[in-house]
Amino acid sequence: MHPAYSVIFFTTASGAGYGLLIWMAIAGTLGVVPPHWGIGFAGLGLALALITAGLLSSTFHLGRPERSWRAFSQWRSSWLSREGVLAVATYAPAGLLGISWVFFENLSGIVVVFAIGTVILSLCTVWATGMIYASLPPIRSWHQPWTAPVYVGLALASGGVLFHVILAASTGVTWWTAGLAVALVVVAFILKTMWWQTVDGAKRSLTVESATGLGRFGKVGMIEAPHSRPNFVMREMGYHVARKHAKKLRTVATYLIFLVPPICLLLLPMLSTLVALPVALTAAVSAGAGLLVERWLFFAEADHAVMLFYGADKA
Amino acid sequence: MTMLPETTERKLGLVIDLDTCVGCQACATSCKEWNTGGYSAPLSDQDPYGADPHGAWLNRIHAYEVDDGAEGRTVHFPRSCLHCETPACVTVCPTGASYKRDEDGIVLVNPDTCIGCKLCSWACPYGAREYDYAHGVMKKCTLCVDRIYNEHLAEEDRIPACVRACPTGARHFGDLGDPNSDVSQLVAERGGYDLLPEMNYKPVNKYLPPRPKRNSATSTQSYTAPPPAKTDGSVTERLFAWADQMLSR
Repeated sequence: MHPAYSVIFFTTASGAGYGLLIWMAIAGTLGVVPPHWGIGFAGLGLALALITAGLLSSTFHLGRPERSWRAFSQWRSSWLSREGVLAVATYAPAGLLGISWVFFENLSGIVVVFAIGTVILSLCTVWATGMIYASLPPIRSWHQPWTAPVYVGLALASGGVLFHVILAASTGVTWWTAGLAVALVVVAFILKTMWWQTVDGAKRSLTVESATGLGRFGKVGMIEAPHSRPNFVMREMGYHVARKHAKKLRTVATYLIFLVPPICLLLLPMLSTLVALPVALTAAVSAGAGLLVERWLFFAEADHAVMLFYGADKA
Repeated sequence: MTMLPETTERKLGLVIDLDTCVGCQACATSCKEWNTGGYSAPLSDQDPYGADPHGAWLNRIHAYEVDDGAEGRTVHFPRSCLHCETPACVTVCPTGASYKRDEDGIVLVNPDTCIGCKLCSWACPYGAREYDYAHGVMKKCTLCVDRIYNEHLAEEDRIPACVRACPTGARHFGDLGDPNSDVSQLVAERGGYDLLPEMNYKPVNKYLPPRPKRNSATSTQSYTAPPPAKTDGSVTERLFAWADQMLSR
């Protein structure tokens, strides 16, 4: 599958944004961070900026971005539409939470309801993002039960890393939040490992023989393509640039997302504020870069069944 | 709109005979010609006279080599939208631009509301949907919805352009929901099959398999050479006949 850069940026940025939103909402209402306006402004501001930038960038790959408002209409059948509706709906409780926190420094009473709404809608939005991919039967590696959990897991893990950047810059980091953030990175690692194992272990039972229905007569091979140059279908579905480096890139992504950030997070409680901030930023940059690689691979490694008609041996 | 109808009154579709298709591309060019001026207009091309020409076509004809050696054969394989009964291309559409018609089951894209997100093309295992780079929307086979009901056309022309153009009668159009229709009977008689039934999209279009290849083992007629022409009895003919006999010794 062709990796649309706007979609890669959107899913990683908005995923981390929703993750941070969830961390902020919970930490704020539980009193892990004080209801100081500056913390609310930095944390919620960063989260909403990432989400908004992601949502805007996702419209860049559209042929007709000016019509994108229409995408809110088909929530009854389409996960893409559901994602859009949920993403916009999340702004309401998140906005109210932000106003209470930044302008009134109040995180109790009705604000708890805003926070709960923010958490639930954020989780649903990221789940919907994952389901867009999981609901496509022609792409075997995406159409599996671990896809949506991986999206949620990575959102919470990357959000946790960003949350600790905020903490490192303000109140300082305690052992237990750092420990929780590391635990979520580990959970995300387990989910992504399960996903990779499912992809690698899948029985790729579709062949050009079964797709054309001509296998009953013998081996099938394409001798003449319908067109002399790649068409849209081949450009979009037949992308496999740098796929031969997939193994290496998986290792790179694993180190950047699942190894470097936890090490940094565990160091944070021991460091002075002056040192903690660059270490927290290192974790965030590493996780961000790793997620971009992971998301790029998610597309580039995915085989689409239509390529069987163009002579792909298996799907 | 993107919710699928539970049933459709008719199931209009194509039956494609892989036995008689000769891969002449007449259906593809006729399709492009009709549709670039019809419902799907424009069907744009990019770099048409350059080094990397490509464009939106609604019908693509592959050629496969099947088996090899004495049993080998070439099968030409037209590929277009199968107007599935339960297609994910429709349900994934976020805008409602993709829809399946209640009355005849035709799957269409509304070019005025499509946002060109391309998700439907990802959802189609048959590669039936192509993005129009100039128009910014998705294009697909309309089963020539602007021909088949068009009373301005002569009755024999109220069939999809590809079917009308096929010189070998390899394409048939009709109601596959009616077991008594010509197309349904053809499918029953020839063992018509679905492409990628594993996807569970329930394609309406059917493919007729190539007929068994004739060889010495399967041929029902045995070949015998016709008897030699009789001589007219003239002296010259008898001379040649005598010479033939002598030389054959």
